[in-house]
Amino acid sequence: MSAVILEVRDLRVEYSTPSGPAEAVRGVSFDLAKGEFLAIVGESGCGKSTLLYSIAQLLEYPAQTVGGTVRFDAVDLTTLTAEELRQHRWRDISVVMQSAMNALNPTLTIAAQLADACRAHTEWDDDRIAQRSAEVLSMVSIDVAHLNSFPFQLSGGMRQRAMIAMALLLEPKLIIMDEPTSALDVVAQRSLMRQIENLRQQLGFAVLFVTHDMSVVSHFSDRLAVMYAGEFVELGDTRDVFDRPRHPYSVGLMDAFPSLVGESKFLSGIAGNPPSLVNPPEGCPFAPRCPFVMQECRQFLPELVDSEGRAVRCHLVNPRVRS
Amino acid sequence: MTEAILRVEKMSRHFRVGGLRSARTLHATDEVSFEVAPGEIVALVGESGSGKSTIARVLAGLYRPTSGTIIFEGQVQGKRTSRKVRGRMPMVFQDPFGSINPVLRIGHGLRRSLKLHRPDLDSEARDAEAVALVERVGLLPGAEVLRRYPHELSGGQRQRLGFAQALASRPSLILADEPVSMLDVSIRIGLLNVMKSLRDDEHVSLLYITHDLASARYVADRMIVLYAGRIVEEGTTHEVIADPSHPYTRLLMATAPDPRLPLSHAADVQDLGEPPKVIDPGPGCRFAPRCPLAMDVCRTSTPALVHLSATKLVACYAVEMP
Repeated sequence: MSAVILEVRDLRVEYSTPSGPAEAVRGVSFDLAKGEFLAIVGESGCGKSTLLYSIAQLLEYPAQTVGGTVRFDAVDLTTLTAEELRQHRWRDISVVMQSAMNALNPTLTIAAQLADACRAHTEWDDDRIAQRSAEVLSMVSIDVAHLNSFPFQLSGGMRQRAMIAMALLLEPKLIIMDEPTSALDVVAQRSLMRQIENLRQQLGFAVLFVTHDMSVVSHFSDRLAVMYAGEFVELGDTRDVFDRPRHPYSVGLMDAFPSLVGESKFLSGIAGNPPSLVNPPEGCPFAPRCPFVMQECRQFLPELVDSEGRAVRCHLVNPRVRS
Repeated sequence: MTEAILRVEKMSRHFRVGGLRSARTLHATDEVSFEVAPGEIVALVGESGSGKSTIARVLAGLYRPTSGTIIFEGQVQGKRTSRKVRGRMPMVFQDPFGSINPVLRIGHGLRRSLKLHRPDLDSEARDAEAVALVERVGLLPGAEVLRRYPHELSGGQRQRLGFAQALASRPSLILADEPVSMLDVSIRIGLLNVMKSLRDDEHVSLLYITHDLASARYVADRMIVLYAGRIVEEGTTHEVIADPSHPYTRLLMATAPDPRLPLSHAADVQDLGEPPKVIDPGPGCRFAPRCPLAMDVCRTSTPALVHLSATKLVACYAVEMP
């Protein structure tokens, strides 16, 4: 595998709530290689967006990173000051938010918003800014005439692509994307995914992509992490995880998708709800919903054990060694 | 086919947009005709702006149609929708967080619905019926659920409650407007199974409005594909999925995210997914500007919906007729 650009170790985030701290991210560790596309999938409240914002150092009260390290190019981002972080933002790491509707300023043209980002992070003159703005816009298949358009004059798909153009401005090494496709129709969604993939091939940036709908990334990401109750429960090659899920939660998720191909069969989904993250139960957080639950699952939290490129957090897959 | 319980004939709903003097008109649905048979799930499939929710809202009496006729249980619907019709054809909304009063217990809305629509029940029978209704949609134990407040239920449970509420008035047809799109994937399938069981056990019909072809395939008996306010294709679910005829249906099929399809799937689709023009759309097929098969005639006149088989219909000049 090529050089690691992002190394996350035992990252922990808590939200302070009236009933005590909610452990939204509970010790996540992974490496992201240069140019790699890692998708993180999970359901609402599993901590996937919180994890992203923690990596990007964008968390605000009541959320707080309470432990772990995030090394980007060997620099631990968690120890940097706001000004030091600013040097890395946009140049090294850029973020595409979920709702382009809210992330773009409705009162400014696209050109003005692109220029704003350039001026905040570079010393470029107006000509250079105008040239680069036109460049990135055409990279995402938006006519440069739209530089002078306001966000409301663009369709939802175009706004989302404009957000990606903005993220590309300074050629970052890593783009963090929080459900960029979830507000789009299927055709636009597919088109956006293809575009992200093509740009990644061309420009070589790495992608950290969070989504609740794993079918969106099934054809695009290199690796897939399945997140449940603040932890990675499975991590491996995307197609391999889809074809041979091993954690009972991943298995359940795969069986919850109706398909357009194959025979129509009865699907059952996963009964029950995720646990509360305020005083989470001991043992495996999936145990109360798990069809294969065993005695030890309720007592001991399984480790994420890596074997031949597939990491799974489950006593069933990795039997506990009794001491 | 037995007598349809719902027949929609050339129903249009237009909205005037822009300022007071604006003459611009948004064609949300245009001359839509279809039927729903007893005990049948019909899926109305389309993307945003296809007019699918407008159709549901007109049927529920939230909008009046601009033109056209709606015949429900043999009665032509007039300007106002009566309580009886609203009870026989209730709606389940998309947002389970916005559609339940947060300050009242779960039981309140259900009992109220029973009081209005089932005057034959006395207070004790209403309580028993409310318990039966929530248990019918899988909320157990019913008596305890009824005492809870909405914030104590998850999204999936709230949406089940939406169906219980719809069932309270003993409907013949439930309008379900994207009932699962805001739910987590692992929860969705449970709701779809509730819909199927209502059809199979209670013989209720459902109009399932969705943008998700795969879920439509899972629950629906027939599918109607909408584009920019018009029906472009209609048929049994199997016919539409196994052999899509309209170029738009094919595009939808090709771009549907489905992990079970091979990696090469849709690698050559160039469409950016730009939405159609529905404000003053002009003549011709509305899909023509995006259509890979568009011919001159497509830009000047609107193709009619014609039968390809006894059950399959398509509106496209490029499709060869049998």
